Parts: sequence; C-alpha cells; structure tokens
Amino acid sequence: MSSFGVVRATLMKDLRMEWRSKDAINSMLFFSLLVVVIFSFAFNPTAEESRLIAGGLIWVAFLFAAVVALNQTWARELRNQVLDAYRVSPAPPHALFIAKALGNFLFVMVLEILMAPLFVVFYQLRSIGPVWQLVVVALLGTWALVVNGTFFAAMSIRTRNREIMLPLILFPISIPALLAMVDATTMILTGDGTPDFWLKMLLVYDVIFTSVCLLLFESVLNAE
Amino acid sequence: MTGTSDSPTQPVIVLQNLVKFFGRFAALRDISDSFAPGRLYVVVGDNGAGKSTLLRVIAGLMQPSQGSVTLLGSESVREVASRIGYMGHAPLLYDELSGLENLRYFAGLYGLHDDGVCNRAMRQVGLDPDLERRVGQYSQGMRQRLSVARAVLHDPELMLLDEPFSNVDVHSAQDMAAILGRVRDQGKTIFVVTHQAPLMEAVADEFVQMSAGKIVSRQLMTRSAQPVGSVTGGQ
Repeated sequence: MSSFGVVRATLMKDLRMEWRSKDAINSMLFFSLLVVVIFSFAFNPTAEESRLIAGGLIWVAFLFAAVVALNQTWARELRNQVLDAYRVSPAPPHALFIAKALGNFLFVMVLEILMAPLFVVFYQLRSIGPVWQLVVVALLGTWALVVNGTFFAAMSIRTRNREIMLPLILFPISIPALLAMVDATTMILTGDGTPDFWLKMLLVYDVIFTSVCLLLFESVLNAE
Repeated sequence: MTGTSDSPTQPVIVLQNLVKFFGRFAALRDISDSFAPGRLYVVVGDNGAGKSTLLRVIAGLMQPSQGSVTLLGSESVREVASRIGYMGHAPLLYDELSGLENLRYFAGLYGLHDDGVCNRAMRQVGLDPDLERRVGQYSQGMRQRLSVARAVLHDPELMLLDEPFSNVDVHSAQDMAAILGRVRDQGKTIFVVTHQAPLMEAVADEFVQMSAGKIVSRQLMTRSAQPVGSVTGGQ
C-alpha cells in the first residue's frame, strides 16, 4: 500500500468536496474580511502604525479563520461515519493525517493569498524589509497552525463541544509559533532588524510538531 | 478471491474469552467461539444484545477489554485488513461525491486503481456506474446497495455487515440477501448482524443468537431454510 497514493487520493477527494461545498473557504473568507474591515474602521491607523500592528492583526485573523477549516476537515469524516471505512482499510493512518494537513494548508494559503491585497489596501501597508521573507513566514507559519490544528481537531472530533474544544487546545500550544510569526512579520514590515531567529524558530517548531503529530496520530485515530 | 485462509478447516474467526466493557456495563461477556470459512452467519438478538459491538470488535474498530480475536489466522487485524470487508450501520459513504467517485476513493485505499473494479462492484449490487447523482441524493435503498458495493470492492474473504437491510424496502432487501448468497457461493465468509432474520432464511448457513452480551445458541440451516440442528451455549 503506497502512502503517497493514499495521500494523493485523500487530498484530491477533500479538494473536490471543498470545491463543491465551499464550506470552509467561504466561512474563512467572511470571517477574515470582517476582521480586516472592522479593525480598519475601529483604529483607522496611519501607515506607520499599521506596520507595527499588522503582524499581530494578520496572524490572529488567520489563526481564528483557520479554526473554521480545521473543524470542517474532520466533520466530513464523521458524517455517515466514513472514518470507520478508512480505519478498517489497510491504508496507513499517517497518510490520512498528511493528506488532511496538506488540504488545510492549501485552504489557508488560498485564504492568505486572497486576503493579502485587502490588508495592503485597508492598512496602507508598504514593507520596508524584503517581501520574499514574508512569503517564508507565511509558508512556515501556516504549516505550524495547520499541523497542530489538524491533529487537535482529530483529537476533539469525538468530544461533545468540539467547536469550542479545538481553540481551547490549539491556541495555547500555538503561542510560540504565533509569537515567531508576529515578530518576524513586524520586523520585515518595519525593516527593524532581521527575522532570522524567528524564522529558525518557526522551522524548528514545524519539524518538532510535525514529527510528534505523525507519531501520535494512529493512537488518536483509533481512540474510542 | 484475493486469497484463502491458511487451510480449508481453519476457522476464519476465533474469539477467545472476549469481554467488552463500556464503563461498568459489559456489552460482551466472555465469548469464546469460532466460525468456519465459506459460510454465511446471521447474528440475531434483541437491542443491546451486543451484536454490533461484537462486529466492531471483530473488525478492529474497538479494542476488547479482555480476550482476543484471531482473524484469518492473525491476531493483528491490520495485517489482514485487505482481506476483510466491513459495512457499518451508517453507510460509510461521502454524500458530496457520486457513487463511482466514492468507490474510486475507497478502492485506492486498497491499492486498486482500476475503474473496472468499481464499475463491476456497482453492477453487482444493481447500480448504474454512470449515475452522476451524488450519494446525498440517493434513496436509502441505493445507499445501502452502494455500501455493500464498497464492502465487497476489494473482493474480501471475510465480510462483516451490520444491519445491511435497515431502512430498505422489502424488495430491495430480498435482492441484497440474494446478492449476499451469491457472494457466499463464491467461497466468502459473511457475518451479517440483522433484526430482519426472515430475509436471510433462504441463504443463511447458520443463525447465531446473542443475548445479554453472550452467544446463547447457534442453529445450522439447510439452504431450503429448514433448521437441521443447533448448538447451545457457544462457549
């Protein structure tokens, strides 16, 4: 049984289902849009002030929006108890986790690509540091959010209040990654120092949590 | 057939001192029994007798609190997962995908990437593979048929079916029972949990009666639906 084949089949299936329902992407887009507009009108920041607060604002908005997609991921597998069909098959559990994490990563990246121009317009953002570093922060930071989010969403699917449980578990464990993402983004936008330390920290965070999630996922999948 | 159990006389399922607790409630109470290959077993009993729990424990979806299950000569369900087909009480299908898309995905989990396999499985249960309608728009009978197709897709030696006739009209249920009979005739072992025992009388080899978490009797049947003997206890 090829893990790569199972990852690809599961990912394509999830993308097809999302394309048809648009449940996750619509919810994430509306939520992020509201955050951008409301904060813009509430604070009405200058370009200089925006550079200082945008890092926090952007990543908190994406973190909250990502939770919507993360809850959807496993909700689909619970309807009609489809997850049981996967569990009785010889397909490796880690392939399911990787496919789900990759799917969520793509959904959140699409959201970020769509929302980035709006942040620029509403907050008059002009980066003083190199823009390519923002892309690196976005890639590493988004993976940090979705890898833990996918894992903890799987853990909370059998709990009664899973929509509440997920943020309660996910947000505290995401604090180091969020701190790195916010500080790196602020440094790049303001041009005040280099974000190397925070980027390395994000990379280490990603490697550690991806490994731990992969190791523990089979137990989570088969938990009663 | 993808393979056979190691010898024709070796039981397909061996249960040893099987106990399953939910909190302090014992759903299965010290079940020890074995089931021969190539037969169609119908598990009957009242609600709460432990039928579905037994099936889920055999399928590896639940761990027994005590005791062991040996399937096709292996104590590890994962090792023989490709030789087992499971159909749950729920359809185990994605509502947002068509029947063929569902089967393609599940076939991929078993390493099968040939559309012919999916088409054959759909035709075998009387469904049209070209039907583009999503499963969410299927009737209950069509869902159940597709669910059977999903369970037999990879040509398993052992099929575990939980209430395959629930919410299905009598005509469709009779068709499905006949399909199961034909699958058994191909040498497969089938374990059906149902409340609609009369539907299976014409095709069953043995009725397994459960009560209060125990197998209380096993009744052999002839193919003309006449009981030929029984074994009480099952221990």
